Amino acid sequence: MARFRILVVEDSPTMRQLITFTLKRLKDVEIVEASDGVDGLKKISAGKFDIIFTDINMPIMDGLKLVSLVKNDPANKDIPIVVITTEGGQEDRDRALALGANSYITKPIQAINLLATATQLLKI
Amino acid sequence: MSGPGKDETESGPIHSGEEKGPSLKSGDEVLQIIRKGAEFTQELLKENERLRYRLAQAEEENFSLKKAPVKGVSGDELSKLQNRLESLEIEKKQILERFKQVEDENKDFANRYLEIENENNNLANLYIASYQLHSTLDFKEVLRIILEIIINLIGAEQFAVMMLDEKTHQLNAVASEGIEKEDIPPITLGTGVIGNVAKTGESYFKEDLSHKGTIDPTDPLVCIPMTIKERVIGVIVIYNLLQQKDKFTNLDYELFTLLAGHTATAVFSSKLYSESERKLSTIQGFIDLLTK
Repeated sequence: MARFRILVVEDSPTMRQLITFTLKRLKDVEIVEASDGVDGLKKISAGKFDIIFTDINMPIMDGLKLVSLVKNDPANKDIPIVVITTEGGQEDRDRALALGANSYITKPIQAINLLATATQLLKI
Repeated sequence: MSGPGKDETESGPIHSGEEKGPSLKSGDEVLQIIRKGAEFTQELLKENERLRYRLAQAEEENFSLKKAPVKGVSGDELSKLQNRLESLEIEKKQILERFKQVEDENKDFANRYLEIENENNNLANLYIASYQLHSTLDFKEVLRIILEIIINLIGAEQFAVMMLDEKTHQLNAVASEGIEKEDIPPITLGTGVIGNVAKTGESYFKEDLSHKGTIDPTDPLVCIPMTIKERVIGVIVIYNLLQQKDKFTNLDYELFTLLAGHTATAVFSSKLYSESERKLSTIQGFIDLLTK
């Protein structure tokens, strides 16, 4: 059994593959993928996660809503959430952080940033 | 010594007649103490004198010892020791130089590691882009993947994919992001920046990549031809990059090169597949008609 479980919530298969591919370089991790916020919530309710990476702009349920729901759920509120989005503005960043997101990465993502954020939040 | 006598006479008026005996006894004691104190001071002065003499002696010995040759060590041995000392000094210098070399090597290795890490990440991006482009034979899906790659891996905000119509020799927008397809006019082959890229097959990069408020559909920041061998089948036109993106990296140029070749084959093969599917269903219809 892996030491850390990571959930990647992203509607774009390209981005999902890229994030997963990059995060797999961390030792002892299991990565679970979800294609939107609702799918992400299902995965969260089905198992325990150590960190969540989520896109903001997604169909069905966006990343901000997912952040809000997870952070308001006493059972999952302590799971660190990293928001990944194309929006580079300070307002969007503040919005995500105000909802409880722990960190913020803008696209196009740099593998080094992604890995550094994951290792910092997972305290590896 | 006059002190104690004086003390004895002066102490008289203080005490009454009955207390005269004990008062005298007390004066003797004081005298005794003072005498002892005087003796002790004398002793201290003597000791001080003795120590001064000893210090002078020690300093003299020390001086003579410095001047004298080392006892028990012959001249040869001393020379050998000096030689050994020199060789050790040389060895120390060599070790320090080697240490510096190793440090420099370490820095080189660290830099090389970063370069390889960067290259590794770039290859991962290219691999994923290529993998995704060839993961489907559905034309619309291929277009969607091209858009995803341009948004997520390159970081473009407003862009379009234009296909060349070989009959009319015009480029028409078939997919776009951040701009409506209808807002991009058809462009004749060889006309303007976009038309020239489609004609020559050479990529176009504008020097000033700063974010523009309003865009001119005929004046892109980047235009990449989609080519199969020498044949251009369309172009990717980028009008604006994401706000946080102000320059292209080496990876971006490699992605552009990959897009130029792989998008073309992915688009072309998906189109061929769609056409063959359509033809197959038409032929199947005929066969069904004939056999019924």
